[in-house]
Amino acid sequence: MSAVADTHAQDHHHGPAKGITRWLLTTNHKDIGTMYLIFSFTMFLLGGSMAMVIRAELFQPGLQIVQPEFFNQMTTMHGLIMVFGAVMPAFVGLANWMLPLMVGAPDMALPRMNNWSFWLLPAAFLMLVSTLFMEGGAPNFGWTFYAPLSTTYGPPSTTFFIFAVHIMGISSIMGAINVIATILNLRAPGMTLMKMPMFVWTWLITAFLLIAVMPVLAGVVTMMLMDINFGTSFFDAAGGGDPVLFQHVFWFFGHPEVYIMILPAFGVVSHIIPAFARKPLFGYASMVYAVGAIALLSFVVWAHHMFTVGIPIFGQLFFMYATMLIAVPTGVKVFNWVATMFRGSMTFETPMLFSVAFVILFTIGGFSGLMLAIAPADFQYHDTYFVVAHFHYVLVPGAIFGIFAAAYYWLPKWTGTMYDETLGKTHFWLSFVGMNLAFFPMHFLGLAGMPRRIPDYALQFADFNMVSSIGAFMFGATQLLFLFIVVKCARGNGEKASAKPWDGAEGLEWTVPSPAPYHTFETPPEVK
Amino acid sequence: MANNQQTYYVPEQSKWPIVATVGMLLTLYGVASIMVSGSQGESAQGAWIIFSIGSLVMVYMLFGWFGSVIRESRAGLYSDQMDRSFRWGMAWFIFSEVMFFAAFFGALFYARVFAVPWLGGEGDKGASAMLWEGFQATWPLINNPDPEAYPAPEGVIGAWGLPLVNTILLVTSSFTVTVAHHALKENNRKKVKIWLAATIVLALVFLGLQAEEYVHAYQDLNLTLQSGIYGSTFFMLTGFHGAHVILGTLILIVMFIRIQKGHFTGDNHFGFEAASWYWHFVDVVWLGLFVFVYVI
Repeated sequence: MSAVADTHAQDHHHGPAKGITRWLLTTNHKDIGTMYLIFSFTMFLLGGSMAMVIRAELFQPGLQIVQPEFFNQMTTMHGLIMVFGAVMPAFVGLANWMLPLMVGAPDMALPRMNNWSFWLLPAAFLMLVSTLFMEGGAPNFGWTFYAPLSTTYGPPSTTFFIFAVHIMGISSIMGAINVIATILNLRAPGMTLMKMPMFVWTWLITAFLLIAVMPVLAGVVTMMLMDINFGTSFFDAAGGGDPVLFQHVFWFFGHPEVYIMILPAFGVVSHIIPAFARKPLFGYASMVYAVGAIALLSFVVWAHHMFTVGIPIFGQLFFMYATMLIAVPTGVKVFNWVATMFRGSMTFETPMLFSVAFVILFTIGGFSGLMLAIAPADFQYHDTYFVVAHFHYVLVPGAIFGIFAAAYYWLPKWTGTMYDETLGKTHFWLSFVGMNLAFFPMHFLGLAGMPRRIPDYALQFADFNMVSSIGAFMFGATQLLFLFIVVKCARGNGEKASAKPWDGAEGLEWTVPSPAPYHTFETPPEVK
Repeated sequence: MANNQQTYYVPEQSKWPIVATVGMLLTLYGVASIMVSGSQGESAQGAWIIFSIGSLVMVYMLFGWFGSVIRESRAGLYSDQMDRSFRWGMAWFIFSEVMFFAAFFGALFYARVFAVPWLGGEGDKGASAMLWEGFQATWPLINNPDPEAYPAPEGVIGAWGLPLVNTILLVTSSFTVTVAHHALKENNRKKVKIWLAATIVLALVFLGLQAEEYVHAYQDLNLTLQSGIYGSTFFMLTGFHGAHVILGTLILIVMFIRIQKGHFTGDNHFGFEAASWYWHFVDVVWLGLFVFVYVI
């Protein structure tokens, strides 16, 4: 394929620029993808260290390490950083790297805007993290920033938090527009929609969700800003507003948001499982329709986060049934992955280990979601550690294992070097054990009534909390091993990777050499 | 098939994204600092300086970035495929704007259909009436549950005065911009200028009348941002719409200048078309506003 680049010997088809300007001024999707991934991992470590503070405080009952005020800032910032700084940018980074390679495009559709989308993120997080050093401290009202906690009772830094969210939103919307334009307009000739790789499909739908709901998040934080600084009464009943309105608008954004964080992971494992089972994906078309159905349903289930807030009974019933309906397309996907593995010639390299764990553990998170969807039962679980267990089961072995799987699967393509398989497997097993130790006991804690977002707890919860903290420390420390593995691989310290290091892998990205040249597919390939 | 395609233009390295990032960070950090120091009674001088520098950087960036795109486009670097990327980009951007307004319309509907009637004792959650006894739920809400915290407006803006005139102005401007677009397709540049100028005049008159309505609301009716949920939704919806009209008008003025300079051809003028899409979007939002904020 490098011959393709040579035939276009125009002067702007050179390699990367030297020094820092390569990264500041780049319009290259691979550079931008790399920056997204590095930024995401940095945020993962920052948000993770906040989680370590939380788990250290909860290691024993009583207040040991931090004050409750600071504890609240840690839970809030941990959530915000992980959602907006770690998981979302990681998937955008994967999209940047892989979408043009998968659809046979020379780059993303709008390369300069692509660079802006990335650089806005460090700006936004500089602003967000700076609130930790402001008078009155960082936001302390939880990542869901419910009014009036965040309006009437929020710290002065809330205004900075609001503008940080605006910048993240602008970044996400532009990133999503770029993804859609790339997929709809830059596919290689012959690649019809129903021939697109699953990762491309899931990102197309994710980008649609992003463009639909990030502006709603912008709207709700703008209402907060006005309530805080300009005396409006959107969330104050004294002026005819309603704090519950905040929750409705927030979760109208928030529920599609959780699918934004999982759909690209669905795409990733839909590549890896066929590759290592050496069988085509079972039920490709039904996979596509299932993702579409999940995305559409995600717009009509938001109030299942609000069963206990006092919504009319009809609302509770509607949102309960609509939520349970999502189990159907999700079930289609899980069964398809299992059917893909069934009677396949399976091998268990690191990407496959993470993917198989994804299928099993994400399903556990899905089942606890079904339990939470039952409105009458939710009155017992609401705001307990059961909820914390649920969403960590969908986000850690769901979204984050998906990202790890993708990283191991495509690292040879990115770096031209195979990662160290033994270390990779060690990373997987330590993560797997640590993560289950950390989050599984939380189910029991929640069912027994331990509330979330508290720095201290009753004595009967002590044992499970200690187990959970040990698991969290194990999981956290293990991620430094991942850093080591990636750095080792990026420095070319390992076996050379061929263009297609996985013999069952399929797709255009494996037709270019490893590492992928700086410019690829300047003339689009033909897809049969 | 592939060989017939023009190569897709991938721009060289560009300084504009990073300039834009710095500009946006300074601007918004400045705005936030102004607000926070204002509410704490501190001097906001430094914050204003940061904000001003940021805004200047943003203006510099807008001229520079759009300038490069225009130069590249006029140099013929953009293929038809590039043109389609711009089309998808603009269309999805407008969709994101629609969703932004949807959040505020949603707030309006929620207040009218649920929150205010519940506070007045109606419906499923009528028990909220216990909070402020004697509160009468009406819309427009001119008696707030707690008039001391949120002084009530003395009246609201009627639909059939200025708002009706404004509706006629905006709908007319949607037609005039379309006439200008068709004239551009026919390469009748004189006609383009006349109808585009007419659109801009209509937009400016709309903005003037809107400003007059705000002055009237604040000075005569005591209808302000602080006058409860009616004032909140009224000013946020009309205010954000007005901000978009200002932006749309600026875009149209830029288009007028570009036409004067001889830019665009009968079959290559996506910049103009995007401006007109945006203008139609602003118009449609106004129709929603007119119906749900003023009439009903």
